[in-house]
This record gives sequence, C-alpha cells and structure tokens, in this order.
Amino acid sequence: MPITGHPRHLQDGYDVVVVGTGPAGMAAALGARDQGADRILLVDRDADPGGILLQCIHSGFGLHAFDEEITGPEYAQRYLEQVLEHDIDVLTDAYVMDISPERRIKLMSPTVGITGLDARSVVLATGARERTRGAIHIPGDRPSGVMTAGLAQRMVNLDGYLPGRRVAILGSGDIGLIMARRLALEGVEVVGVFELLPHPSGLMRNVVQCLDDFGIPLHLSTTVVGIHGRHRLERVTVAPVDDDLEPLLARSWDLDVDTLLLSIGLIPDAELARELGVLFDPVTGGPVVSGIMETSLPGVFASGNVVHVNDLADWVSRESRVAGEWAGALASGARRPAEDVRLIPGDNVAYVVPHTISRDGTHTVSFRVRQPIYAPTLLRVGEVHQRKVRAVVPAEMVTLKLAPQMLEGWTGAVLRIDAVPAEAVVR
Amino acid sequence: MGPSRRHDVVVIGGGVVGITLARALSRYQLDIVVLERDAEVGFGVSKANSGIIHSGIHADPKTMKGQLEWPGNEGWLRLRDDLGFGFAQVGELLVALSDGELRTVEHLHDQGERKGVPGLQRWDVDRIRKHQPNLSRDIIAALWAPTAGVINPYEAVLLIADNAAANGVEIATEQPVIAIDPPDPHEPDGPLTVRTPTRTLVTRYVVNAAGLRADEVARMAGVGTFTITGRKGEEYLLDKRLAGLVTSVIFPCPTPTSKGTLVIPTFDGTIMVGPTAEATDDKDDTATTPEGAQAVFAAARRLVPVISQRDVIAEFAGVRAVAEGDDFILGPTARRGFINAAGIQSPGLTAAPAIADHLVEVLRDEGLELRERSDWRRRAEHPVRFSVLSTQEQEELAAQQPDFAKLVCRCELVTKAEVLDAIDRGARTLDGVKFRTRAGMGRCQGGFCTWGCLELLAERRGIPITEVTKRGGASWILRDREDAHAAPTPGS
Repeated sequence: MPITGHPRHLQDGYDVVVVGTGPAGMAAALGARDQGADRILLVDRDADPGGILLQCIHSGFGLHAFDEEITGPEYAQRYLEQVLEHDIDVLTDAYVMDISPERRIKLMSPTVGITGLDARSVVLATGARERTRGAIHIPGDRPSGVMTAGLAQRMVNLDGYLPGRRVAILGSGDIGLIMARRLALEGVEVVGVFELLPHPSGLMRNVVQCLDDFGIPLHLSTTVVGIHGRHRLERVTVAPVDDDLEPLLARSWDLDVDTLLLSIGLIPDAELARELGVLFDPVTGGPVVSGIMETSLPGVFASGNVVHVNDLADWVSRESRVAGEWAGALASGARRPAEDVRLIPGDNVAYVVPHTISRDGTHTVSFRVRQPIYAPTLLRVGEVHQRKVRAVVPAEMVTLKLAPQMLEGWTGAVLRIDAVPAEAVVR
Repeated sequence: MGPSRRHDVVVIGGGVVGITLARALSRYQLDIVVLERDAEVGFGVSKANSGIIHSGIHADPKTMKGQLEWPGNEGWLRLRDDLGFGFAQVGELLVALSDGELRTVEHLHDQGERKGVPGLQRWDVDRIRKHQPNLSRDIIAALWAPTAGVINPYEAVLLIADNAAANGVEIATEQPVIAIDPPDPHEPDGPLTVRTPTRTLVTRYVVNAAGLRADEVARMAGVGTFTITGRKGEEYLLDKRLAGLVTSVIFPCPTPTSKGTLVIPTFDGTIMVGPTAEATDDKDDTATTPEGAQAVFAAARRLVPVISQRDVIAEFAGVRAVAEGDDFILGPTARRGFINAAGIQSPGLTAAPAIADHLVEVLRDEGLELRERSDWRRRAEHPVRFSVLSTQEQEELAAQQPDFAKLVCRCELVTKAEVLDAIDRGARTLDGVKFRTRAGMGRCQGGFCTWGCLELLAERRGIPITEVTKRGGASWILRDREDAHAAPTPGS
C-alpha cells in the first residue's frame, strides 16, 4: 500500500495505529508487523513521512541501525521503503486530535475530514519540540530574527532560505551545533555559540566537527542577557555567569548580529499522552513506560523522544521497535509480561527509562547523568550488574543491557541506577 | 499618485481610537479612510496594554478622562453586544494596605458614586479573604467595583476594524503620514491634503488619532500646540497553571502618574502582572528590562505574595501617549477641519467608545453632515475559530471545506482555512496572522506553524516569501541564499 489519503481500514479499525512517522514511528510500525499485527496505520501531520529526519541532511545517522553512516533523509527513506514493502498504511497531512482511553482515535485531514477509528494498540511516537525564548526569559525587544535552531534548520535545508547573515547561537544543543556548521557552509557568519552551563549540552563529536573544525568559538558559562532591535534583531548582549548561573552584567559585551538561534533543549511533545492522563516522569517530561514501552494506560505505548530525549535517531528506532513489537503482539492476543521490578535513578542519575521491567526479559536501559565525570565511572544497577566506562557527561545518554541471568536469584523489587567515580567505590 | 477622490474623513492612526471612531462614522453616508503607519491595525499602544476596561471610578470627573471613562465602559458593553468579542466583567478590587491608602479608597468610592458607577462596595478583610483568598494578609480593606472588565484588546480592535471595513471604511496600512499641506491662501477653510509616501488624500476632515505621534501630525497641520511624551509599561504573563490565582483585577492604591502595578486575570485565563510606568524619551522603546521585571514583581507580591518571577512565560511592554496636563486632547483646532484625538493614555482603552461618540459630535458641530445609511451592518461577521467549535460543527466544516481539515498550528488548533481568512481580512504579517488566529501563541511559540503561515502569507498575498515580515518595516524573517554573501549590515 502506498502513502495514501484514504487508509483502507478506517471503518473496521486497525490493530496498531502509530502516531508520528519519524525514526520512532516507522520502527514501531515495522516492529508491529514482525509480531504479526495485520492492519497497521502510520499517521503524520506533515505532508511527507520522515518527521524531523527530513531536515537533518547531515550525516551521522544509521551507524547502529544500518552499520553505515548516512544522512537523515536517507535514514528515513530506508525505513519508509520497508514500511511500504510491508504493506503498512501511511496517512500524511493528518492530525490526531484526540485519543480516548478505549483507543478510539479522532483525526483530521483534508482527505478524510474529521473521522474516528479504533485501534487495538496505539504507539505515540510524536517526538519532541524545542524550548523557546519564553522558557528562559531574556529581557529586551521582540524583533524578528530570534528563532529556534530547528526552525532555522527547516528553512535552510528543506526550503533553501537563510535565517540571516550574522548569527549567534544560544545553547549548545546538538541542533544548534549542527546549524552552526550548516550556516558557516552557507557563507553565513556564525559569531559564536553561548552555553549557560560549564559544559556543552550536545555530543562531543558535534562540538569538534561543527565548531572546532570551522573555527566557531564556544563560550561556556555564558548566556544572552539582552535582545536589541525594534524590527529585526540588531544586537545581543551576552554575559558570563557565576557558579549559581547568575549573569555577571558588569562583564557583559555586545554582538552585532541579525539572528539569534536558540538551541536550549528539547521537551517531549507529549500532549496526547497528557490528555490521556497517563503517568508522567517529571524529569523527562514524558510518560512513564514499562519494559515493553507501554504507558500506564493499557494498550497505549510510547517510544522515542516523546518519552525521553535521545541523542541518536538509531537509539530512538531501537527503543521504538520494542514498543511496536509489543503493540503488535498485544493486538494479536499475546499477554504482557509480569513486570515487578522498578528502576529508579540513584547517585548522579537524572532519570531511567524504562521505569519498570520484567525479570525474564532482556532490556535496554537508558539514562542520563546529572553531572559530568571526566574519569572512569562505575555504572551500577542495584546489586545485580555493574560496568565501568571511561567518562560520563549529561549530553550523552548511557545505555545498559539487562539480561534475565543478571537477575537470577535476586529477589528485590527496586533496582537503583548509579553513576559514580570508579575510584570512590570501596571494593 | 494624484488624488482620485475627495474623502469626507481621513483618520490618522489605526489604533483603538481611530478604528472605533471609523466604525462609529461608518453608519453614516461618508467616505472614510484610516491611515495606519504600521503593517497591521492596533499594533501600537492598543495591543500592548493591560487589557482592562476600567470600572469607571478612577479618573477625576473634572477632566476629559473622567467624563469619558464611565461612558466608555458602557460603550464597550454595547460594542460587545454588536460585535461579540471577548469582554468579561470580572470586577476590580482596589485594596488598601495602610490608613493612608484607606483614605484613597474612600475618595475613589465617593468619586465613583458621584460619577454614577453602579455596584460599588466597601469590603472588609473577611469578605476580601472569602472572594480572593490569595491576597496579602496585610490588606486592611478594599473597594469592590463590579463593572471593571478584561478584554483581548487586539481581538476587539481587529473585530471593530473588520466591521468598519465591511461597512466601507478603507483601512490602509503601511501609510505613514509625512505631510499635511498648508491651507490654500485662496480657500483657507477648504479641504485638507494629506500625504503618505505613496498616496495623496484630499479630505474635508482629518482626525488626528496618531497616538504617540499625534504631536508630530498636529505640527504637520500647523497646529502643534502640544507635545506627547512616552511612558512605558512592562507587563508579564504568568504560567497557565496559576490561572484562578485571582478572579478579579486587583488594584493597589494609585500614584500620581499611574494606577500602579495590577494583578490581572486576563480574558484568556492567564494571570498578568504589570504595568510599570517609566518616562521614556524613545516612543518606540518596547523593551522589557530586568529593572522593570523587578519593580513589577515587588509590587505584585505586595498584593499577592505567592507570585514569582519564575512563573513568567511571556513579557511585553507598551508606551502610553501622555500629553501635557495628563488629559485627553479632544476637539477642533485652529486649522479648520483638523480635529485632535490626542494624549489618549489610561483610561484611553476604556474611554475609546465614548471618545468616538464625542468626536462624532465634534465633527457634526464642525459641519460634517451625518446622514444615516440604510444598509449599515451593525454586527460583525466573525472569523471561525475552529478550536472552540463543537465536534459536530468541526466535522461539518471539515467535510465541506478541506482547508478546515488541514492543521497549521497544532498548539492552538488553527486550520489553514482560518489563516487564509485572516489574510483576507487584512493580516499582512506573521504577527498579524498570529493575533488574528492565535497561530503561534501556544506552547511551541511558532516552532511548528511559522513555516506554514509564511507560505500561506506569501501565496495569498502573491509576494515572495522573503518579503513576508514579522510585523512590517524591517522585521524580515528570511533571506534568499544569494543574500548571504552581500555586505553584512545587521539590522538593515
């Protein structure tokens, strides 16, 4: 079945409906097919499937999923080809307005109008959105030329326009770093990246490849404290911050720029989950999920950036495959595993996903540290497992594999995840 | 371009005063043009204010402000009945924290009763606590004025403008007035000639409702008898989860220059605190400042202690147009046909309908013939707001018109059909679409819908996408690739 304006089973319903066609949604749909789900529908609000991958024309995708380095659109294309081969319905230009706890989905699109359809399982794969100026309260004027890095990326990569000629970037998130390089390649002057924290928020490989290689300065512990320009942005004021992240205004300086890109973090775009009333994790901003990526509402799954912001599309797809497989299995009558083990963040760990696991399954556990440790670090999973790594930083998500044999003989109910300096651990 | 027709009234300024006057005049058989310098109507002082329709108690009845404040409040009720914009009479509570302030409360209570404002009540601490449990325990008494209300000022101005336009008023944006020709020596009481960079208009009457620039416009007409100075006010919108923190507008006792910093339950249901009142030499200075934020929150916490700057989700500033003497300047001038509506500061928004009625009478006195039209449309045709329709209405619209099933802004659920309608009603810029449809006002602040709105603006207006601006002037949004290598001149 090709991409269609008229999905085949609107009337009689689907086994699995997946909301979102980025690296999460397409992987979930394929996972559902693997587990024998018959009728599968992928829905996307944009005109083309692929989600944010389509505007990520840089390389760095696929190293884990395909064992080779490809671009975002190529990554999307490879998944889309599989989706179409597997006869999965894809409805684009369609917006999911509402999902009931009984998994009746209300969607609207120019081709079907507003319609309801039923799903045995639903996978929320709606990704994340960027934090905006409002979230960080920068005083000053409100001119044009202040936008999120992702919006600029869309303008440049999908539509062939430039956001400006002289650009400063606030925040060292990956999108900001990648846009610094992208704009430099377009001949735009990128005067610097300014990061409030004493360490970069994006991946180290991006700091090196996108800033260092292009001679773009990264100012750590520095932030934007003023925006100037009545119509178009003309100038920003930046200032270093003290240990409490308070700006030192006496040491501020001005930069003549016509554009300020914000790369100040992503938050799960989890409104559908929120409206469904599922349990949320206040740290991730996404729903609480089980080891099969099911939310607290049976039959409603969530995976990828809508659950927690990942560094790599490959991780998103891996996690979403699990969500899709179980969404498909449950729709086909399988029973969900008994999950009686809770995973909780311990020393220097901000969050852990999933939030619960079963004893008899193999699980990939993802988490982020709170503070960087630039030295050998011990990652501990309760008393059942530990692994040593060279270093940990908040910008890089950590994953651990938990196998059933690790839990053999262990009878506890809670596993605490710690990430602590290795030498501090008394053996 | 030469004059093609002779107008009856040219209104200079498309703010709430000019637009409300134009609408009031539109019921007569007149040729009316509104000239607005910005790209959108109502984008000056009319948009950036507290959005309060005052109860009517505040201004001294010896002043024009005082005479038009309470009739203005009543005028808004009539306008709401005609046009159906949001205006909720949530009431105001003017609180006293000391014996000195108690005397101010008593004075305003008397003044309000003398002006005929209904429903005024003195509240004791128990009553205050019962109705507004989050107010400071230091408050010793309050004056309750139920007639105060909150509106979305831009929504109201846009609907009034739409209705005026539907009744034949020409609203011309991006038309800054650059000259008013001196009187013809042979015909000194003859028509006036008003020039903008692209147009020349000949008219029998000019109403100067040019807000912050009314003094400049009066000088152009040779009657520069006053100056306008700016007084800036910063406002801070708080997170939605604080909705309900107060349910009426909370006023401190006023100072000589300002009604003070208020805690406002806005029409949209969020809490707003502000404004400040700082004299500024720069009439375009709408920047928020750390000092302003500090002043606002210190003052707001005096009224509602739990308010915190951490809860700010959006902020803006507006500049009040203050004339000498601190009163409105309304009426004819030494230049025949040139009429002022200047110095419209607080309670200017409240008084606007009464100002319009007053000016209609002034124009009549000055010889303008007012013949009622038989085909005047009192009611506005409302833009459809898809998000607030019932499911059945949504389904019907989507089935009839696919553009109603095409989402543009997902945070506020705005459809393509609504954006196109906003453009057809006169939105020329991204902010014009935003304030008409709410596209871009939600959680993601335009991250998702900006591109869609840009494309629709370019397509519908038939211009390259690089010419679409945020709000007119030099507020360009994107550039062609080739432009990157042009001389980098920030802000140009």
